[in-house]
Amino acid sequence: MNVGELYKRDYGRILASLIRLVGDFDLAEESLHEAFAIALAEWPSSGPPRNPASWLISTARFKAIDQLRRRAMGAGKRAELPEPIAPAEEEPVPLDSLRLIFTCCHPALSPEAQMALTLRTVCGLTTEEIARAFLVPVPTLAQRLVRAKGKIKIAKIPYEVPSDDSLAERLDTALGVIYLVFNEGYSASFGPDLLRAQLCDEAIQLGRMVLGLLPAEREVRGLLALMLLHDARRATRTDEHGAIVLLEDQDRSRWDQAKIQEGASLVERALSGGPPGKYAVQAAIAALHAQARSAKETDWPQIAALYCVLASIEPTPIVELNRAVAIAMADGIEQGLALLAKIHLPGYHLLPAARADLLRRAGRRAESAAAYREALDLVTNEAERRFLEQRLAEVSPLRR
Amino acid sequence: MQYLVLIYDSEKLYGDMPKAQLEKIYEEYGHFTQSIIKSGHFRAGSQLQPVSSATTVREKNGKVVTVDGPFAETKEQLGGYYLIECKDLDEALSIAKRIPSVRTGSVEVRPLVPPSNAASSSPR
Repeated sequence: MNVGELYKRDYGRILASLIRLVGDFDLAEESLHEAFAIALAEWPSSGPPRNPASWLISTARFKAIDQLRRRAMGAGKRAELPEPIAPAEEEPVPLDSLRLIFTCCHPALSPEAQMALTLRTVCGLTTEEIARAFLVPVPTLAQRLVRAKGKIKIAKIPYEVPSDDSLAERLDTALGVIYLVFNEGYSASFGPDLLRAQLCDEAIQLGRMVLGLLPAEREVRGLLALMLLHDARRATRTDEHGAIVLLEDQDRSRWDQAKIQEGASLVERALSGGPPGKYAVQAAIAALHAQARSAKETDWPQIAALYCVLASIEPTPIVELNRAVAIAMADGIEQGLALLAKIHLPGYHLLPAARADLLRRAGRRAESAAAYREALDLVTNEAERRFLEQRLAEVSPLRR
Repeated sequence: MQYLVLIYDSEKLYGDMPKAQLEKIYEEYGHFTQSIIKSGHFRAGSQLQPVSSATTVREKNGKVVTVDGPFAETKEQLGGYYLIECKDLDEALSIAKRIPSVRTGSVEVRPLVPPSNAASSSPR
């Protein structure tokens, strides 16, 4: 394996162990980059060491000790030389990766900072890559990272896997961060921007990692299933011009069957053994969509029932919106429209868009056109705007 | 590691509260304070007089002026504080979550600058 591949695969878990050993995010990062630079310079001629990961940990650890000595000398504190750092283990410790995730996803940090820090430290993305993926200027993102690392240090956010009594709450935050990363990639992966699509891969990778570390947690399984089932359809969600293709119009032969199968079997286990969590239920819904051989064969009554379960776990207007659409498809458009009328989601374009779609299916073209116009007033995403404009043209009476 | 726990609550809410309910809250505060004294986390703490008693001092046009009132008028007011000693933020947060005012107001947790760093760390 070359250095680049090693970086891609192991950066996060090596850094995780190093942070525990040196007790400082920045110092650990700097030293690890130095160690990788040495590896880049030496390995091509000398050949890689027998155990590259532990070589990197111990090299970086020595660099960190050097740095601490230099700082102590610079400050004129000869007497206060840092205590020798704990000796390095042979291998990166899996528990450290979990510590790192829980620290990066600590609820005392803002969600933006949690995402950025997780991608930077656990996934090893560069500041520039993350800034481009989130469409923010590099200095903004860099400052977000600096501030987050500063807070970890100053407020003393612990580098620990939370204790049992707070694990559920903290795991929920961590899973939320992973799903946000996935959605950042998924909702905006229109067109040729591969970097945004990479966020989906990183999120799935994180999900696999957390599941490997906490195999008994059913919601981790549910989340991984959900991401895989969505991701299986990623390539078919837009056409070659970047225009949106709705679920019912997607080319099902191009869906990634391996991901669907993996997701579906994860869902089964996530749903068994107690009341299901919100990710498991959403994954079950995604599995029903992904496994339907055609749009017509979609099991809408079952999907509507699952949305009712989801609404009891997470009673939000967005879930209600999805439930209304599922009921419209299962029981009749009128029932769905009646439910939509009760939902209050000011400023959210998908509410009038859903109403417009149901009215279109019912053949009520004038009302449908009015609802599409309402949605167009609120939409911000360019691909979605084009889609809504096209639908509006379809339901509008032909001009003479 | 020391943390200052700042308790923000609505003075109006407390002013309008029936006496029995108010007494119950004070009793809860008493129990809470006793529990953190017992566990060894307590360093200091007190309820504050209402913001109507506050005076703010600041420099204006090169002159130090004294003005009546709090630093900022807000819906919730700083009503009390605890100074606690904890091993890390998680421990401090677990204590903060037990403060009765969490239910009606907000509780802010701020780490103190350790004494040895105080000189080198400049105020913002």
